[in-house]
Amino acid sequence: MRIELERVSHTFGDGPTPRTVLRDVTLTLTERRIGVIGHNGSGKSTFLRLLNALIVPTSGRVLVDGLDTARDARELRRRIGFLFTDPDAQIIMPTVSEDIAFGLRRSGLSHEQVDARVRDLLVRFGLDAHAGHPAHLLSGGQKQLLALAAVLITEPLALVMDEPTTLLDLRNAAMIGRVVADLDQTVILATHHLDLLAGFDRVLVFHEGRVVADAAPAAAIASYRDLMDGER
Amino acid sequence: MRASSLGLFRPGHSPLHRLRPGTKLLILLVLGAASVVTQHWWWAVAILILGSMLAYRVAGWGVRLWWLQLRPLWMLLAFTAVVHALTSGWQRSVADTGTIVVLVACAALVTLTTPTTALVDTVVRLAAPLSRFGLDPERVGLFLMVGIRCVPLVAGLAQQVREAQIARRATTSTRAFVVPLVVRSLREADALGEALVARGIDD
Repeated sequence: MRIELERVSHTFGDGPTPRTVLRDVTLTLTERRIGVIGHNGSGKSTFLRLLNALIVPTSGRVLVDGLDTARDARELRRRIGFLFTDPDAQIIMPTVSEDIAFGLRRSGLSHEQVDARVRDLLVRFGLDAHAGHPAHLLSGGQKQLLALAAVLITEPLALVMDEPTTLLDLRNAAMIGRVVADLDQTVILATHHLDLLAGFDRVLVFHEGRVVADAAPAAAIASYRDLMDGER
Repeated sequence: MRASSLGLFRPGHSPLHRLRPGTKLLILLVLGAASVVTQHWWWAVAILILGSMLAYRVAGWGVRLWWLQLRPLWMLLAFTAVVHALTSGWQRSVADTGTIVVLVACAALVTLTTPTTALVDTVVRLAAPLSRFGLDPERVGLFLMVGIRCVPLVAGLAQQVREAQIARRATTSTRAFVVPLVVRSLREADALGEALVARGIDD
């Protein structure tokens, strides 16, 4: 998958106090594992939302395999799944299996085909014992697994993950990290758990809406730490 | 019972579980229409209340679950009952409050005995003729889904706000309850909308 950002800027609000959260970002991403780090408010989440066409840039353009996010949002969302920080915000149906199946409502697949896919994912993520349980009564780690399964059911080519471990304890964060490492898809992951980025191909460091470092994990994390030290 | 599991489908093999979702919705519709007439006779409403309790029994549960569906509304029910008793007499009070009780309990019974997906599929099927007038049946189903999702969501938020209120000893302030509840509900609605779009629903 090839993702291109051409001079992308994004500003929220057009009143007396507009807030520019991304400034003139130009990037080409082709790696399978891309990490995104930076302070809260540095522009990470806005950057990720641009990739899934949840927002379109105020200026510049974002291309995914040649598709423009401003024009081809529907096709793009078929190719790129999005995982939010808070799984509760992503769970729509009352029970675990219904929520996983939800993404295939308009897929044209038969009930049997949908059930088979749901079963596969339930087993893969160890949720099979909870298939008929209320989704909101799962533990935090299980809810994030459910949210991930609900995204994967549509078989996207890439996954964009916005701090999926921030609300989890260390054990569950490590578990999500292992699951992410095993995914076949391209992954673009924003996180504050820096150890999740071990083995990633490339890490971007955002600061005040700009990419201030773009390197392999060790070098990018060192640069991020220097940035934090410089601000103390 | 936690607020987030209110009215949520409970698997079972009772006659009510086996009844087709469309039939259950039709019964609910008839009950709603009939309540316009029955609310004139307190004794008819009382019989319907007993009938709704019996229906929970038939579904394999007891009066406790019946009451749990109504408990979040107890303040509204008490207010309605008192106001009607004072202004229109006890018969009117029983009839009007009882009508709300019957309809809420029976609506909850439909969702308790029907998987949400089956319910939504039925509504989408029933709404299919409306596509001639430009209405997307899937969107009607989506409205229902989001509606069902929002009931326990808002109930859960109300519980959290109430706990925060108690923790901060602001138990008597209505504003301290309503303002954060509305703000958080709007935020959740935003997040839910974003999640639907991200999952490719309703593009």
